[in-house]
Amino acid sequence: MRNPLSDQVTNIKPSGIRKFFDVVQTIDGAISLGVGEPDFDTPWHIRDEGIYSLEKGRTFYTSNAGLKELKEEISKYMKRTQDVTYDFNNEVFITVGGSEAIDLALRAMINPGVDEVLIPQPSYVSYEPCTILAGGKPVIIELKEENEFRLTAQEILDKVTENTKVLVLPFPNNPTGAVMEEDDLKAIAKVIEEKDLFVISDEIYGELTYKGKHKSIVSLPGMRERTILINGFSKAYAMTGWRLGYACGPENIIQQMVKIHQFAIMCAPTTSQYAGVEALRNGDEDVAMMREQYDQRRRYLLHEFKEMDLPCFEPYGAFYVFPCIKKFGLSSDDFATRLLNEEKLAVVPGTAFGDCGEGYIRISYAYSLEDLKKAIERLKRFIANLQK
Amino acid sequence: MVTRENILKAIEKNSRVNVSELAVLLGAEEIDVANELRALEDEGIICGYHTMIDWSKTNIDKVMALIEVRVTPQRGLGFDNIAERIYKYPEVTSVYLMSGGFDLMVILEGKTLQEVAGFVTNKLAPLDTVLSCATHFILKKYKDHGTILTKKYEDTREKVTP
Repeated sequence: MRNPLSDQVTNIKPSGIRKFFDVVQTIDGAISLGVGEPDFDTPWHIRDEGIYSLEKGRTFYTSNAGLKELKEEISKYMKRTQDVTYDFNNEVFITVGGSEAIDLALRAMINPGVDEVLIPQPSYVSYEPCTILAGGKPVIIELKEENEFRLTAQEILDKVTENTKVLVLPFPNNPTGAVMEEDDLKAIAKVIEEKDLFVISDEIYGELTYKGKHKSIVSLPGMRERTILINGFSKAYAMTGWRLGYACGPENIIQQMVKIHQFAIMCAPTTSQYAGVEALRNGDEDVAMMREQYDQRRRYLLHEFKEMDLPCFEPYGAFYVFPCIKKFGLSSDDFATRLLNEEKLAVVPGTAFGDCGEGYIRISYAYSLEDLKKAIERLKRFIANLQK
Repeated sequence: MVTRENILKAIEKNSRVNVSELAVLLGAEEIDVANELRALEDEGIICGYHTMIDWSKTNIDKVMALIEVRVTPQRGLGFDNIAERIYKYPEVTSVYLMSGGFDLMVILEGKTLQEVAGFVTNKLAPLDTVLSCATHFILKKYKDHGTILTKKYEDTREKVTP
C-alpha cells in the first residue's frame, strides 16, 4: 500500500503541549498551572441567551459570515474601544474561535513556495504549523526578555527579506504575558509600512491587560488597511468551549477568508453566535470583574516569585507569567518534568512555544487564589530542594 | 494608590485575608491598606467580619424565618422607634424598612419552629404599634450572600492546554 499521508503534514511536529499533557494525565493527584483558559464559568446571562436561542428553535445555519446582529455588535465594539470603523457587512466575519481566523488569514494571503511569514516567538502554538500548511515559509523572530518580550522594529528589520509578506503580531502574548504599548506599536508600524508588510494581529487577550487599556495596531494611521485583526470570546468572556471568534479587516482580504470559511466550515455555531451578541451588549461588567481577579492573582504570583528569588519580568497582559529558570541549570523540559514527578505540579515548558522559550516555564493564573497558594507551596519546596 | 472601593470589593467576599496579603493583591503599601481599613471601621462602613456557616450541614438545629410586619408609624418618630424595639431582641438577626405591602422585614433565628412561633406570638405581635405579622419559614438555602451553598466549584478543565 502506498503511504496514505501527506509529507507536509507528517513533517509538522506535534505540539509540545500535547506531549506534556499525556504525561500529566498519568500522574495521580497532580495539580496543574498549565491551562490556557479561564477558570470562570461563562457569565450566566450569556449562557441563558444561548439556552433561550435553543428553546426558540434557532438551530439552523446562519449566513456564512455570521449573524448580522453579532457583526454589528463587533463593529460597535471596535468603534468604542479602538475608535476604528469597520463596515459590518463586508469587513467583519465570525469564525470558529480565533484559531480558525488565524488559519484563514494565512491561507488567504500566502502564495505557496514564495511568501515568508514573520512569527515572533515565544508565542501561541498554531502560527508556525498553519503557515507551513498554507505553503508559506515561517521565519521566527526570537523575542528577548530584556525587551520584556516586546517586538522591536530592529528585530523585524533583521529578518525581513524581499519575500516577507506577513507579520504575525501576537499581543497580549501567550505564553509571556507581554503587551505592546502605543510607542512600541508606532515603532514597528513605520517598518511595516516601509517594507509593505501585512499584519495578522491576534488580540484574543486584548481585554486582559493590567496597565492601561489595550491599544490595537489597527488604531494607528495606515495600519487598518494592512491588518487582519483577530479576536474572540474565549478569554474575555470565559467562553472557550463555545468556539466563537472573529476577524476584522480590509474587504478584499476578509472576503477571500469568508470564501474558504464557507467551503470548509459553513458558519460558526448558531447557539454561540446568539450568546456572543449578549456578551458584547451586556458583558462589560463581567469582564471588568474577571480582569480584577486576574490582576490580583498576577500580583500575588509576582510577589511570591520575588520571595523565592525566582526571576520573572512583570507581564501586563493575558493570564500567564513566564519566569526564568536558567539559574537552576535545568532545561525547561527537565524542570517541568521533575516538578511534575517530584511535586506533582504541572507547568508548561517554555519550549512548547518555540525554541527560544528554553530557560522559561509558563505558569497560568487562571486559577483561584486558593489553588494558586497550594501550587506555590509545591513550587517553593521544589526550588528549595534544587538549591540544596 | 489604593481606593476604598478596591479594598471593600476585595474583602467583601473574603474578610479572612490578612493585611499584608491584601496589600500584595491590590498592589498597595501595607501601611496604606492598614490605615484605610482602620478608617473604614471607625466610620462604621465596615461593620463587622462574619463567618458564613451552612448550619444545615451541622448537627446544630437552626430555624430561620422572614416576618412581614405591618405597623402604625408614630408621629415624629416614623418607624425608627418601633424598629428599635424589635431589633433589640437578640434572636432578631435583621430588620429592614420596606417599600410595598408591608413595613418592616424582620429576620429571625431560633432553635426550633416552636421557639420562633413563640417569639412572634408572645413578643412581636403584642407590640402596640404592630398591626399584623406574616411569618415565612426558610426551608432550604440555595444561595446566601452571593455564595452558592448547594454545589461546590469543580474544575473540569483539561489539565494542560495551549
